[in-house]
Amino acid sequence: MTAPENTQNPQNAENNTDFAIEGHGDISVGVKGAGASGDGSASATRITPGNALRPEDIALEVRKGQVKPNEDVAEYALRLGDDGLILAQRLGHWISRAPELEEDVALGNIALDQLGHARSFLTYAGAAWDKSEDDLAYFRREHEFRSAHLFEQPNGDFAVTIARQFIVSYYQFELYKRLTGSSDQTIAAIAAKALKEVDYHRDHSAQWVLRLDGGTEESRRRIVRAFKLVWPYVEELFEDDELTARLAETGAGVQPSSLRADFDQLTGEILAEGGLDEELALERIPQSLGGGRQGKHSEHLGYLLAEMQVLAREHPGASW
Amino acid sequence: MASQNLQSVPAELSPEELELERAGQANFDRIISEDSRIEPRDWMPEAYRKTLLRQISQHAHSEIIGMQPEANWITRAPSLKRKAILMAKVQDEAGHGLYLYSAAETLGQSRDKMMEDLIAGKARYSSIFNYPAVSWADMGAIGWLVDGAAICNQVPLCRASYGPYGRAMVRICKEESFHQRQGFEILLELSNGTEAQKQMAQDAVNRWYAPALMMFGPPDDDSPNSKQSMAWNIKRFSNDELRSRFVGMMVEQVKVLGLTLPDDQIRFNEETKKWEHGPLDWEEFKNVLAGKGPCNAQRLERRREAHDDGAWVREAAAEYARKQAEKEHAA
Repeated sequence: MTAPENTQNPQNAENNTDFAIEGHGDISVGVKGAGASGDGSASATRITPGNALRPEDIALEVRKGQVKPNEDVAEYALRLGDDGLILAQRLGHWISRAPELEEDVALGNIALDQLGHARSFLTYAGAAWDKSEDDLAYFRREHEFRSAHLFEQPNGDFAVTIARQFIVSYYQFELYKRLTGSSDQTIAAIAAKALKEVDYHRDHSAQWVLRLDGGTEESRRRIVRAFKLVWPYVEELFEDDELTARLAETGAGVQPSSLRADFDQLTGEILAEGGLDEELALERIPQSLGGGRQGKHSEHLGYLLAEMQVLAREHPGASW
Repeated sequence: MASQNLQSVPAELSPEELELERAGQANFDRIISEDSRIEPRDWMPEAYRKTLLRQISQHAHSEIIGMQPEANWITRAPSLKRKAILMAKVQDEAGHGLYLYSAAETLGQSRDKMMEDLIAGKARYSSIFNYPAVSWADMGAIGWLVDGAAICNQVPLCRASYGPYGRAMVRICKEESFHQRQGFEILLELSNGTEAQKQMAQDAVNRWYAPALMMFGPPDDDSPNSKQSMAWNIKRFSNDELRSRFVGMMVEQVKVLGLTLPDDQIRFNEETKKWEHGPLDWEEFKNVLAGKGPCNAQRLERRREAHDDGAWVREAAAEYARKQAEKEHAA
């Protein structure tokens, strides 16, 4: 058990329940006691409460000298922020190109949520080095980014985007759930806000995995292909290293490997619904070496950053 | 299809049906004269239904096509805050399209059919989206001028005689006013920024000014449908009246921005108490409307591509829903 010792850790509460399906939150179609487990009035478009933590609030606290992460926490926040930022950049491309207008809205929402988390984490990380969120987003080079490879994988077709999102959402949910008990107050606060949003992302992607799996032959073929494309990047998400070991020790972070069992169980239940798990034989899919946390990236990130950073770099020092 | 049933008028009506028609028309005339609201189940003249369907679906299409020039800058937005705001804005537009298609559906035409007409090039959308958004400052100019003109047009539509349309417009206008403010803020920031930024802002205002004025439609003496729409309480003010009001607002706001409008003939006419502007190139307007704008082909192709690429997804969702219903039925 490497999660921080904390009596309020919701993971403990989770373990006390007898209902495994509870762990999915609210999945609105398909699986077993569908919808019965979550908040029936849950809506992806629910307005965020006015008192929700905003990146601007963190920036203000930083300016007032009220919060400042130590070097380890800053590095950790940088990783989490980069994951969200790179994924938001990918998802943002879908807006105006989705299969249905409802999906333009949904994918846009998920992108916005991810960007919001990224802005908070990067603002906080930057406080350690006297850098703003924009300094970090726009003026670092490829090898300075700390995102895992999964996040930079191209959108592909809708199935690839959904398969990637499904993995990300289940991973982030387990991560943020534990981080709400972080000994670092700011990390805990960002995670608490993110957790609610990522829960909707799980619902959205699980619904689509079920639909594409159980829809037409074509959709089944595409979702199988999609999972084969993105699954090689799963292992990297759960790799521990010296930084995460130190943070788990202080209770500020968690060892990624500690999330794996719950991730496997919950994703496994969805993938087993239509027999996707057997067809995919996930355990036999070779896992990529990763390296994103050390700044070693695939060929994709360079293009993504070139597009994202071009305008800001044309006008260094400008305010927007 | 429901729309065919609703729209087909039998050649000969029985006396009972004729009586119903007369009663329906009388009720409709009363509602209009009382400036009250027509609801989907009320009897309405065929021409009223057609006019509304055309107007609302065109408005919906404009929201959907209008997403493109701005979505073009989401991935390149120069700060994370601006990126978040722009994403939220373009997402709002998809939402506006959805309300409007729903309002149009209450008149008896399906969203699928409207979408088909759009990508087949049979339906119109606001001509302004056929101009390219080539710089970041265009995000400011589109918000300030294009959304600003849209608000001028749309606020009176909140009182349109057709209930579902008027109600959709209330929510849309609230969001549009946020859009306009964010556009203004982008330009203000640029105008107070570096010389290159200020130039970028002025250039964008120069390019979007005339197309924005033309969004109000042709001059009154060349706008054949306006009169009937006004009699039906759909439209409340004439094209020229709205255009003049808009110019009056912009002429003040541009001073705050520290920029100029590319029109040295703007003046307040003391006699008519109206704002006047320089001549507009209606020839260009007609050309762009006829498909000769810089981006007409690109905009439609992008919509077609998204629609076609998404066909297998929509089919899968429908098939999955069918199977689920079957399972439930069997259980």
